[in-house]
Amino acid sequence: MGEELNVSDILQGGNGVNEEDDDDDDEEAMTAPEVLQKLEEAWMNEKFSPELLPVKSNLVECMLAQINAMETNIENAKKADLRISIHRMEIDRIRFVVSSYLRHRLAKIEKFTSHVLQEEEKRRDTDAPLLSDAELEFAKGYEANLKSHLASTALRHMPTNAATFNDKEMAVLPDLNSYVFLRVNETTENVLVEEATVDVGEEIMDFEKGDQHIMMYKPISSLVESGAVSLI
Amino acid sequence: TTVRMLAEKALDLVRELHRSLDGTMPPYNEDKIRQVLEEMQTLFDQNKDKAHFAAEGQTNLLSAIQLRHAAIRRNKRCLLAYLYNRLEQIKKMRWEFSSVLPSDIKYNMCEQEVQWFNKYNRLLANYMRSLGESGGLDLTQDMKPPKTLYVLVRCLVDHGEFETQDGTTILLKKNSQHYLMRAECEHLIRQGILEHIIQ
Repeated sequence: MGEELNVSDILQGGNGVNEEDDDDDDEEAMTAPEVLQKLEEAWMNEKFSPELLPVKSNLVECMLAQINAMETNIENAKKADLRISIHRMEIDRIRFVVSSYLRHRLAKIEKFTSHVLQEEEKRRDTDAPLLSDAELEFAKGYEANLKSHLASTALRHMPTNAATFNDKEMAVLPDLNSYVFLRVNETTENVLVEEATVDVGEEIMDFEKGDQHIMMYKPISSLVESGAVSLI
Repeated sequence: TTVRMLAEKALDLVRELHRSLDGTMPPYNEDKIRQVLEEMQTLFDQNKDKAHFAAEGQTNLLSAIQLRHAAIRRNKRCLLAYLYNRLEQIKKMRWEFSSVLPSDIKYNMCEQEVQWFNKYNRLLANYMRSLGESGGLDLTQDMKPPKTLYVLVRCLVDHGEFETQDGTTILLKKNSQHYLMRAECEHLIRQGILEHIIQ
């Protein structure tokens, strides 16, 4: 994953989150407010997408470090400083966004476990894995726990031809055809909105930046991943 | 003898669980599970008996064999659904209460379900501990978007002394009211020791 988040300057500062740093580092460095905004986008996408999206570990780690820094600043500040309350609220808000993002992911990992593990296998060596290392460990453990429970309570006692796990029968798959609301971030032309069927030809649209649509998730899933659209 | 539909007991299990979804989870129905497994074995044995006849050309037996096979699969499906959905209910408890289950719920769980729950707790705890650089992040907190920094709470039971983040100690006596930081008393509200007074 690219080293695009350079926030060490901000974390050394004593006055909280909302300063715009003039970073003269490489231009991919983001300020803390920008990271938070990107995290909020990732959080919304994860909340509204029917499938598990690639993990944004950098954003999570950055904001958790930010929370730590803010808590340290508060401890060092004068007791009655009015800014303490404001910082505390901000910490609560950031912590909520991070927790909610990770919870949505965990719920999908638990629901679609075997499917997620299969998808992750395909992606492991690319630069866009689905799961963080910790999530992968959790997913494997969760699957093993479930399988061993079903085996010991039921499968073990079934006649031989029914006594095994049939992943094809038992895997829960996300419904990629569910409808989602989206906002267009980058103008994209010739988007295949609906595939051709026997009766109807394929439908192609242009997406203008700022447009909002409601449509099936599947045709635009790659646009969500690339950031060209955001789910709302 | 009464004629029963095949896989009817398996359906009973599913219905029993479905009816209880918004109330308390019923006890683990070990008895009925055993009956479903017995039915599966009976059907399988019947099929095994008839299978070689069918292979020898008595094709009129084929539909009966297929029917029993379908019944075996339906039994399996209902049974796994029953077990799986009980685990989902139990999992919800972890997120609603804590890693220690109320005893009346534990009473309705079988030994394997308790073991599954303990293992789930360990998996969850290991995962949460790995988040960030300072001991982890408790994902079972901050379940709702924070609306205010402070909340007005009433103490429901005597809970003794409580030290707040800025060092002051307060006495949580039954029926006393306090103005506390939401983040530091959220767990006491969830446990039922404090009650959030909404104005």
